[in-house]
Amino acid sequence: MHPFLPYRNWLTKAHLAFVVCWFASCSQPSNVETALDTQVLHFGLGAEPQHLDPHLATSVAAHNVLTALLEGLVSEDPKTLQPIPGVAKSWNISKDGTVYTFQLREDARWSNGDKVTAQDFIYSFRRILNPEFGAKYASMLYPLKNASHYHQGKKSWEEAKVGAKAIDPSTLQLTLEHPLPYFLQLLNHYSWFPVHPPTIDKFGAFAKIGTSWTKPGNFVGNGPFRLFDHQINSVIEVRRSKNYWDQKTVRLQGIRFYPIEAVFTEERAYRSGFLHLTQSVSADRIDFLKEKYPKELHFEPYLGTYFYRFNHQAPPFDDQRVRQAFSLAIDRQRLVDKVLKGGQTPATSFTPPGTGGFSPAPKFQHDPETARALLGSYLQEKGLTKLPPIELTYNTSEGHKKVAEALHGMWNEVLGVEIRLLNMEWKVFLSTIAKGDFTLARAGWIGDYVDPNTFLHMWRSEEGLNMTGWTNKHYDQALENAQKTDVVSDRWKYFQTCEDLLAEEVPILPLYFYVHLTLRHPTVRGWHPTLLDHHPYKYVYLSREESP
Amino acid sequence: MTKLIFSRLLQAIPTLWVIATVTFFMTRFAPGGPFDSEKAIPEEIKIKLESHFGLDQPLFHQYLLYLKNLLQGDLGPSFKYPEWEVSELIATAFPVSLTLGALSLMIALLLGIPTGMLAALKRNSWMDYLPMSLSMAGICLPTFVLGPFLIYALSTQLGLFPPLGWYGPTDWFLPSLTLGLFYAAYIARLTRAGMLETLQQEYIKTAKAKGASSWRILSKHAAQGGLLPVITFLGPAFAGLISGSFVIESIFFIPGLGKFFVTAAFNRDYTMVLGTVLFYATLIIFLNLLVDLVQAWIDPKSRQSK
Repeated sequence: MHPFLPYRNWLTKAHLAFVVCWFASCSQPSNVETALDTQVLHFGLGAEPQHLDPHLATSVAAHNVLTALLEGLVSEDPKTLQPIPGVAKSWNISKDGTVYTFQLREDARWSNGDKVTAQDFIYSFRRILNPEFGAKYASMLYPLKNASHYHQGKKSWEEAKVGAKAIDPSTLQLTLEHPLPYFLQLLNHYSWFPVHPPTIDKFGAFAKIGTSWTKPGNFVGNGPFRLFDHQINSVIEVRRSKNYWDQKTVRLQGIRFYPIEAVFTEERAYRSGFLHLTQSVSADRIDFLKEKYPKELHFEPYLGTYFYRFNHQAPPFDDQRVRQAFSLAIDRQRLVDKVLKGGQTPATSFTPPGTGGFSPAPKFQHDPETARALLGSYLQEKGLTKLPPIELTYNTSEGHKKVAEALHGMWNEVLGVEIRLLNMEWKVFLSTIAKGDFTLARAGWIGDYVDPNTFLHMWRSEEGLNMTGWTNKHYDQALENAQKTDVVSDRWKYFQTCEDLLAEEVPILPLYFYVHLTLRHPTVRGWHPTLLDHHPYKYVYLSREESP
Repeated sequence: MTKLIFSRLLQAIPTLWVIATVTFFMTRFAPGGPFDSEKAIPEEIKIKLESHFGLDQPLFHQYLLYLKNLLQGDLGPSFKYPEWEVSELIATAFPVSLTLGALSLMIALLLGIPTGMLAALKRNSWMDYLPMSLSMAGICLPTFVLGPFLIYALSTQLGLFPPLGWYGPTDWFLPSLTLGLFYAAYIARLTRAGMLETLQQEYIKTAKAKGASSWRILSKHAAQGGLLPVITFLGPAFAGLISGSFVIESIFFIPGLGKFFVTAAFNRDYTMVLGTVLFYATLIIFLNLLVDLVQAWIDPKSRQSK
């Protein structure tokens, strides 16, 4: 007898049951299909946010979740990102541009039904600026008069007289150090968002990191959605809030954020209808996706610059001619067309053109002849025949490697320089750069708000982000002048002076401007490409047809 | 037997202490720290953060404090996700990895053992060559190739299973199958080898001569000895399976332990690295002990030698 014969009958039944279960499990429609009825947006978040506390958050992922849960004094227009009323229904600006008086709306409510008051904002500003707290983005509030004095622990809140005053529960007055044309836009950064004081006090979170007030069930927000579920590395779910003042505008019933880090996994999730939109797309997949999903693959402008830092403290980049030669030898157009191929644009300035209306003159150009001449004069003066090999440091990533190799080719071709590529694990890379232990190093910068200052402030002499060793008094002065005036043409003039100095002394090497590459399903409506990749969710909805 | 268990548990204490100590100092000597980021933070804020997490104390002091907390079962908060305790994160992620590991192992055993037995019985026939070639392919094919292939075929094309996630039982099938097939291949080969050796033994010949059916010989006599290599393999394999697989978790977006284990090192999340390493070490020690006990129970020879 066959050894398995007595079991044949049983095996057949089990097999049948398995097939039935299989098909039963399979007939479920995808997330994207069911979402047309449920109005739940399935959102590729890219990474697990480190914090859901607006005063501790520092990431794009956190921004994407926090703007669903909280609302600042102003909100943003979904197309232009221009400030529109948020918790404040209106505001007055004093003639000299330093005093902002906000009228808060009567019907602004926290998700537990409490009224949002001017005192709540004062409490929140005081919390993020608290020197004991250690908030990384506290300096975002430095435009407030005397905020830096308090934050640096020089004076108490009362002594410092920080320029934030609750005149009555519905009137908030903010006084600035000096006029700031982009101040209202700045208020849309999560560091300016309010937190619910009784909740913070209940969890002892006023000056303490790592309390559980941000967990579902504890979180009290004032945004269009409330926190419903949070499973780390799995999903963050928010659902429509019944207490939001403008709930008639909100059309989504909820958003599910998935922190999928692996780009290929995210793409597969999109292609099988699990996600409505992805956080990113792998550069290697662009050609395929362009062909298969031409209407769903979007190349959207993004306020960011990819660049290299020169180390000014050591030869050969302590000499301006060498830095200029390295910059002029690069064909940025070829870099974006032949290497990156993802719709990026060549960076001929450090500030991306059109940032807040400012378009810098294209100063970083391709000129191999001049590059050779400049390097030649340096070599002659130093009595060298060629430069010693140069180390180019970058954090380990295929994308960075591709760019580094392409530049190596260009420098070798034009200047005959040998480049050694040195890749490092991310944290090792960060600590190496911060110690100044590099010759030439990769970097990138994404703007925090739509104003040239978010880029140009990096190269102030005192700025911690500078890290090149380059200082220039004229640069610092021009930037300070730009801060102090609200005449637009004057500001552009000062910013252009900064850009001119960068192009002339080349402390850094701008390479290209970022684009935001994403897959987005055609049923996602009310979603517009914006420079900061901000998309106020209350205008978003899911439909096969465009809303009339 | 009790003596064996007791002595193994005693040995575990110094082992874990050495692991904790080595890991503690290795993570601290790695360049970079938990608070480094591209948007550099002001020095005074870094100091605040370091003092908040006790990193401003002398290193040896930190080490003693860590050991003290460890003895009280406190692994501390995660540096990367300070709103969560390390033990809380492990408690959330481990059941996921355990389910995935157990299901994969079940698939691996259900496929691997019968295949290996059949191949041993029908040695040098197509029933031997075909499954053994397939299992060789299975061992060589990495999960990051097999996983996306199964997703493409069964999810994207046929729409039979969700492509990723860990939200309900239907999500369990594809990742368990991917991981299970990989281990099934190993188990099939080990079973075949073990069975072949056992089938040559005198006592099998005796059983045959006494007229026992081939099913009885296989299940009663040969399996007991033939499966010993599989059991030895199962201890570390099971530990590997349930401590999470970073690759499978990335492909299928599963919130398991493997991801914490790997990314904690990249994030310099000191407490998380220590927590996951110690958890993994304890698990291996425990499972190895379990394997020894099972072996002793099955194989009288090994019982005597111990």
